[in-house]
Amino acid sequence: MIYDALIGPFTEFEFMRRALAAAIALALAGAPIGVFLMLRRMSLVGDAMAHAILPGAAIGFLLSGLNLFAMTAGGLIAGFAVAILAGVVARSTGLKEDASLATFYLASLALGVTIVSIKGTNIDLLHVLFGNILAMDDQTLLVVAFNATVTLLVLAVIYRPLVIESVDPLFLRTVSRAGGPAHLAFLALVVINLVNGFQALGTLLAVGLMILPAGIARFWSRDLTAMICIAVVAAAVSGYAGLVLSFQTRVPSGPAIILVATVLYVVSVLFGRVGGIVRQLFPGRHLEA
Amino acid sequence: MAALHFHNVTLGYDRHPAVHHLNGEVVRGALVAVIGPNGAGKSTLLRGIVGILKPLDGSIHLGGLDSRDIAYLPQSAEIDRSFPISVFDFVSTGLWRGAGLFGGIGKAAREKIRRAIASVGLSGFENRPIGTLSGGQMQRVLFARVLLQDASLIVLDEPFNAIDSKTTADLLALVKRWHVEGRTVLAALHDMEMVRNHFTETLVLARGPVAWGPTAEVLTPENLMVAMRMCEAFDDTAAACAADDIGSRAA
Repeated sequence: MIYDALIGPFTEFEFMRRALAAAIALALAGAPIGVFLMLRRMSLVGDAMAHAILPGAAIGFLLSGLNLFAMTAGGLIAGFAVAILAGVVARSTGLKEDASLATFYLASLALGVTIVSIKGTNIDLLHVLFGNILAMDDQTLLVVAFNATVTLLVLAVIYRPLVIESVDPLFLRTVSRAGGPAHLAFLALVVINLVNGFQALGTLLAVGLMILPAGIARFWSRDLTAMICIAVVAAAVSGYAGLVLSFQTRVPSGPAIILVATVLYVVSVLFGRVGGIVRQLFPGRHLEA
Repeated sequence: MAALHFHNVTLGYDRHPAVHHLNGEVVRGALVAVIGPNGAGKSTLLRGIVGILKPLDGSIHLGGLDSRDIAYLPQSAEIDRSFPISVFDFVSTGLWRGAGLFGGIGKAAREKIRRAIASVGLSGFENRPIGTLSGGQMQRVLFARVLLQDASLIVLDEPFNAIDSKTTADLLALVKRWHVEGRTVLAALHDMEMVRNHFTETLVLARGPVAWGPTAEVLTPENLMVAMRMCEAFDDTAAACAADDIGSRAA
């Protein structure tokens, strides 16, 4: 009975196995990126970027169908174009960077939806906006895994400068020139992982599997390494449980995954060891020597 | 031997000068206090020295030093204290010069880090996140990192602000140790008593040099008054550098 509910779907159906593999790959790469986004106070920048890269990904999608390589390349170009344009406008006009980013991502989102609806069908549009992790073919799965591998390798390379730049940017600038390139590489990783999440969760929810696990981890640890591990586990568990939920109840897979992550988040907010609400209400006796 | 040579240096932000036409040199091993009211350009000058800020005009020569031979202690407000990093890891970033992107932190290095933390009196705090430290403890951590950097030129930006007298005394002892070891130390300070008693050389700054020399000769009430007045005249046309200043009214 329990076997049928929790493991059966995956032994019985290949598309469920593929979906699970994709969810785990997304968790492994996306969650650490999410942790850094959160710690660098860029959570909403991630969200804005997800919309900003839509036209690029859409053009890639129209030129070569659901080919993740084309979509990734298009997304990277669009993402950097928007980031750079927003930066230029902010610097040359005195408009705050977040305000100018908001303008550009809205324009970009409108443009992306327009491109998809003029050239593609309504199904295409739904697909790009909400994704479908259950329709993953072998080639797409390989690209998702490839992108995840690249993410982890690049993250390993830029880990130190990224951490130091987050804590003490001035110090890093006095000892090394790695800060700027590390930041750019990090932005590229954000875009790669957003595009990676497109197929599974769509543009609107792709950032969810990055940010929600990071938020969960924040409530359970004060240590960066532990936070990254917790975020990865939380993302993988959300992926698995979301797929099971979607299989049993016909809730669409993408929203199901994010809803499970949201439940984990609410539990963490309430019962988390670090700053959880219950913990604050009943702090326990203070430490004595 | 000069550790630092300023040649007509003008520093500022977005073409708005904050420090004007500074000339002079700092000899190797000098212990220099940089004083002046808020907005005098102390932090700006120090940022120029460590290379974060490029001079708008003129040049700063480091006398053969690489920019990595400089240890810089920023004002603590610049640090994100909520970031989950332990005291040990934070201090260990002082080894960047040797370790870089990938270099391992071996047994000897770990011992060095532990000793640096011990010499600022924070043994036992190694695993605490920096977010749980008090202001004084955080300042000790920053000094421990400077210790590890083992630099020949040390630049301290208001290291004793909002720090109690015990911590100040401990950290001042470190500064004097660096001086004895022959390192060049520049510190932006506000406490005139401390400058008078412990620093051999003083630069009075007020958007430009007011006076520079041995502390006893420079630290006069007249010079301090001049510095004060020049900074208060920030919006006046009679500022230190009228020609450069025309465009800076908007600021």
